[in-house]
Amino acid sequence: MAQGVRPRVKVPRKAEAGEIITIKTLISHKMESGQRKDSDGNVIPRSIIHRFTCDFNGQNVVDFKMEPAISTNPYFEFEATVPESGEFKFTWHDDDGSVYETAKKIEVA
Amino acid sequence: MKIRTLTAVAAMLIAPGFAMSDPDDDTLVVNGEIEMVTKTEAPDHMSDTYVDTIMSGWHFRSDETQSLQMDDFDNSGMVFVDIGRDQWNTAEGGEGKSCASCHGTPEESMEGVRATYPKWDAEAEEVQTLAMQVNDCRESRMEAEPYGYTSGEMANIEALIAVQSRGMPVNVAIDGPVSETWERGKELYYTRTGQLELSCANCHEDNYGNMIRADHLSQGQINGFPVYRLKNAKLNTVHARFKGCVRDTRAETYKPGSPEFVALELYVASRGNGLSVEGPSVRN
Repeated sequence: MAQGVRPRVKVPRKAEAGEIITIKTLISHKMESGQRKDSDGNVIPRSIIHRFTCDFNGQNVVDFKMEPAISTNPYFEFEATVPESGEFKFTWHDDDGSVYETAKKIEVA
Repeated sequence: MKIRTLTAVAAMLIAPGFAMSDPDDDTLVVNGEIEMVTKTEAPDHMSDTYVDTIMSGWHFRSDETQSLQMDDFDNSGMVFVDIGRDQWNTAEGGEGKSCASCHGTPEESMEGVRATYPKWDAEAEEVQTLAMQVNDCRESRMEAEPYGYTSGEMANIEALIAVQSRGMPVNVAIDGPVSETWERGKELYYTRTGQLELSCANCHEDNYGNMIRADHLSQGQINGFPVYRLKNAKLNTVHARFKGCVRDTRAETYKPGSPEFVALELYVASRGNGLSVEGPSVRN
């Protein structure tokens, strides 16, 4: 597992049925591109998060494929329609096989 | 009427080149609750300059960059505050202590601290910066290795401490025992250095609001430090910034943590007396 990885998300706690809400996500990660060399001239191996998904009650909302040009601490902001109360599940897939997960509940009044 | 509108539109199209250089009049409110003083009357000691309003560097940045600082979720500096909190709670060194062992939570013990540094340390009989104080604690109380003066770890801890004082006015003492150091800092501020023969004042007092090639000159206030800079995607400390500025005048720089930079930090901080502590701020 890469060091210092911490997922964070911002989802409103409540929403109206059918409302479009804004979701913000950020994960601290060094996103080493694999293009850089260390002071001895050796290539620093690539280590990035290559996929990020968000699901709502089992239904996929977004599915990002991520490439090495994305800078450190990747931030995503997107919108989603909320039909009912439920849970947003966020998943980040690391190159080293680690999977970072977090979830946020939302209540529809 | 129509022609007038068109002229106005045309004027707006041409104007940005100039208009962009001036600081704006936006208001900085963080998380919709912390109201920041980003423009205020210059402190008394600046009466011999023609600067009558001091302004946070926030005013000199684009709307997009400004908005990053208005919500902690968008402020990438807060990522480092979290890392700083982990450091705060980690026991290190021969004594097996962490910051938390003596100081509890930063919320309890560090409120208002950032606003008064650098300040006189009666025991050491010298002006101490926040970074010096942190390292003093690490060496004498924790028996741990000091952090590098401008290292990432130091910046994280500084950010964690600064954020406890956000919104409080910078209030650095300039009289009493610190006056000698303050005078020295002032002298350094107005001393031209390097092949370009530029002093701090040449850019940040005489030319703030103007462009220096592609860069927008601010007043060089340090109330927002440590600063998350978009250009290097990390927190930057005051002395690292000083070093960068002096280097840009094509001079041999003083070392971060040197008596010269400590004096300069005291003086520059005092030029921001009255502005809110913003750290960690976001700049480009």
